[in-house]
Amino acid sequence: MSPELELASRVVELVRATAGPAAQAEVLVSHAVRALTRFANSAIHQNVADASTVVRLRLHLDGRTAAGSTTLTSADGLRGAVDRTIAAARLCPPDPGWPGLAPPQAPAGSGHWDSTTAHACPQDRAERVREFVDAARGLETAGFCRTLHWAAAVANSAGHEVHGRTSEAAMGAIARMDGADGVARLASGRLADIDGAALGALAAGKARAGADPVELPPGRYEVVLEPNAVADVLQNLSMYGFNGRAYAERCSFVEPGAEQFDRAVTLVDDALAPGCPGLPFDAEGTSKLPLVLVDAGVTEAVAYDRRWAGQTGAAPTGHAVGSPLGPLATNLRLAAVGPRAAQPDAGPGPDAGPAADPAAAPLLAGVERGLLVSDLWYTRVLDPKSLVVTGLTRNGVWLIEHGEVVRAVRNLRFTQSYPQAFGPGAVRAIGADAALLPDGWGTASWWSAPAVRLAAWNFTGGASG
Amino acid sequence: MTHFDAAAAAVQAALDAGARYADARVAHRRYESMTARNGEIEELSQDEDAGVGVRALVGGSWGFYAVPDLSTAAVRAAGAQAARIALAGSRVPGPSAGLIPAETAVASWASPCAADPLAVPLSDKGDLLVSATKLIRDAGADQAEGLYQIWDTSKWLVSSEGHRIDQRIRECGAGISATAIGDGETQRRSYPSYRGQYGTRGWELVDELDLLAHAGRIAEQARALLTAPPCPAGQTTLILGGEQLALQIHESVGHAIELDRILGWEAAFAGTSWLDLSRLGSLRYGSDLMNITIDPTIEGALGSFGYDDEGTPATARDAVREGRWVGVLAGRDSAAVAGLDYAGSVRADGWARLPMVRMTNVGLEPGPHTLEEIIDATADGVFMETNRSWSIDDKRLNFQFGCEIGYEVRNGRLGRMLRNPTYTGIGPLFWRSMDMLSGEITAWGTPNCGKGQPGQIGHTGHPAAPARFTDVRVGVRA
Repeated sequence: MSPELELASRVVELVRATAGPAAQAEVLVSHAVRALTRFANSAIHQNVADASTVVRLRLHLDGRTAAGSTTLTSADGLRGAVDRTIAAARLCPPDPGWPGLAPPQAPAGSGHWDSTTAHACPQDRAERVREFVDAARGLETAGFCRTLHWAAAVANSAGHEVHGRTSEAAMGAIARMDGADGVARLASGRLADIDGAALGALAAGKARAGADPVELPPGRYEVVLEPNAVADVLQNLSMYGFNGRAYAERCSFVEPGAEQFDRAVTLVDDALAPGCPGLPFDAEGTSKLPLVLVDAGVTEAVAYDRRWAGQTGAAPTGHAVGSPLGPLATNLRLAAVGPRAAQPDAGPGPDAGPAADPAAAPLLAGVERGLLVSDLWYTRVLDPKSLVVTGLTRNGVWLIEHGEVVRAVRNLRFTQSYPQAFGPGAVRAIGADAALLPDGWGTASWWSAPAVRLAAWNFTGGASG
Repeated sequence: MTHFDAAAAAVQAALDAGARYADARVAHRRYESMTARNGEIEELSQDEDAGVGVRALVGGSWGFYAVPDLSTAAVRAAGAQAARIALAGSRVPGPSAGLIPAETAVASWASPCAADPLAVPLSDKGDLLVSATKLIRDAGADQAEGLYQIWDTSKWLVSSEGHRIDQRIRECGAGISATAIGDGETQRRSYPSYRGQYGTRGWELVDELDLLAHAGRIAEQARALLTAPPCPAGQTTLILGGEQLALQIHESVGHAIELDRILGWEAAFAGTSWLDLSRLGSLRYGSDLMNITIDPTIEGALGSFGYDDEGTPATARDAVREGRWVGVLAGRDSAAVAGLDYAGSVRADGWARLPMVRMTNVGLEPGPHTLEEIIDATADGVFMETNRSWSIDDKRLNFQFGCEIGYEVRNGRLGRMLRNPTYTGIGPLFWRSMDMLSGEITAWGTPNCGKGQPGQIGHTGHPAAPARFTDVRVGVRA
């Protein structure tokens, strides 16, 4: 039994002893060691780590529900959390939507865990920063390298017990030259997969290719979105589209069974993909099996936790995240299906230019006139149902003419419906090489994104005016 | 061992391990939130965390380590580990500027609180949200949501320079929203803003909001918005309500004047700033009506404190005076790099995060007009209020904001309701076009300001009032 499961079981017993056998208790214990080395102006300036254990209790008693968490794991600390949550449940209004506890079920797997990554030291992260900075060959650099060890367990009074652990390593950084930034990011379950030199060379090549950008008029342009930009689309589709709460409340565009996307689009949430960070269960203890959200353009499923599955008569899918955001797909993969780069294993040289990313390069060939977009920034939803999003390009935009990158372009603002951009007939190609990209919070979420060529993207202004 | 003793032990351990400066913050935080949807409680959560975070400076490199264990052995180990992490930074070293001098403070401070929000019975708080969301549904909304949040934070700071400060800060707030669902789109109205209004006050703040009195109105407006004409596209005179102007200040002034951004410390993530330190004191940021202060001393505002998380006492300072940029949000290390002689704007999101430059209360001083006078003086324009979406570039220049509701303004009167109102612009050009400003100031609270890696959530305050801007592009859509 893991220490986390032992602790979770102890709290379940404490609830039972205090509130009686009728109390329904669900306990999530999460122990994480997060470490992050941050650099700017080509020097490490923030270097942090923390190790903490959080016990979260959700309790349903006499038809009423309350939840609470604590980092105080002493006997007194746990007793205080249990007493407080029981008292809160007794004072709360009734909760007719309580979905019940997760029943005992077979684990979906054990989760990917790498000891070297979990126990990485500050020098390990600093070394990758050193490699990134050196590979940029004098360009100013900034970014982070992080490692995560995460062990968790869920126990409940219905007799369900599950535990697992995972590790994550990620690096994301830019190189800068004369106001132009180039970016490179990568996530993995193993720190050994994070090659600071390769990432630094890629970012530097892009920064150098961003010199002397021109301003283009707003309008609809054909685009090739690189993996970092595609990751933003996946994140918003997850949050506002395939979110079971948004769907149940009719605030999502999603219609299961309908052909809402281009046939080239297949979306799968898969926390246990080989070599990827991820736990085999969600915050309620439901097993996380691969979930096909879109299959060849047809919407197939929505992500659910127990409450929102209960509201719609569906089965929970293992996507409870323990936050008010509702159930979320946080390990989302857009299937890579398209043309492969001629030399996919050849890493980018130091001056490889804007098309150095092997995930994007093969998609440029058919573009008569369009834009190559590295990254999207500060995207916000204007209307959740149509999923119209505004945001800006960042870290590099280039004009493509006759299948080749011809020059750098200044950043642009866009206002675009994401489902419409990926709708039937709108996707002209999807790349063959997907990049595993980290989320911003270090919670073992990731986005597996190939480059995508889209028929149109609605740019509504230049970032300079 | 007292919390001060624990922090002092951590600091001493960091010094013993080679740090030339160290500080430690022990913090204990209680958080309570409740959400109601459609007349039922959706979630009640009561959270508690406690621990120590140690910051150590070795050479020119910082290290930070945090643990939830306050035993002597654990805090000493945390101090030593912070120093070891700092040492690893020397593999990729930067300039060693150190810290600007600070007066040592031994002090205690607490925010004002008439009604302890954690002591208000849960049943009363639940009844309020259930009643409000029932009223919203009864008035025609498809979805009704109510929310309150409470934070009660105690912290103890010790530094190797002799700081010894304890503070207790209680914060709370609440809000309601109504959503109407139409064919292919949704419309939302919120009161007093989406996810609520917050301050460093007790439950009296929530009582004063009088949520029940506004429930019916927002439901009716959300329903009416579904059939309202869209905000026309073009250049026009724009009048913003105070809550939207608070957001405008937060995004296009507050973040832009953060010294860590100006110095490039956030370049890869939150971004940099269009501001150049060489023009501090001379740059024209806005019109003469624009007077922005950095003021953590405003009683009850969400960004208020007695001392920041480096121990600098709360002090009011100008950021923009009569349209001219004159001040930044700084910490002791960033000020040293920039050659400035003031700090006071460094805070951390709990004990487990590194203190960093954050907004305190950044807001406008009152103008000479009223909203009524502003509308009365406007022949042709659009009035927008209550933020719905916000997006701004990584230099804090180009923005596009959307509001929940708009109205035509014709010949000094509000006309038809407009749906999906948006406006866009470039920060300094926009602020230079402000030609009327109300004196009806409210200190709006923003409890969800994200920054830093690992991510930190900051609580900021923004005194703001309705104002008018000329020649603004509105009605941007997909």
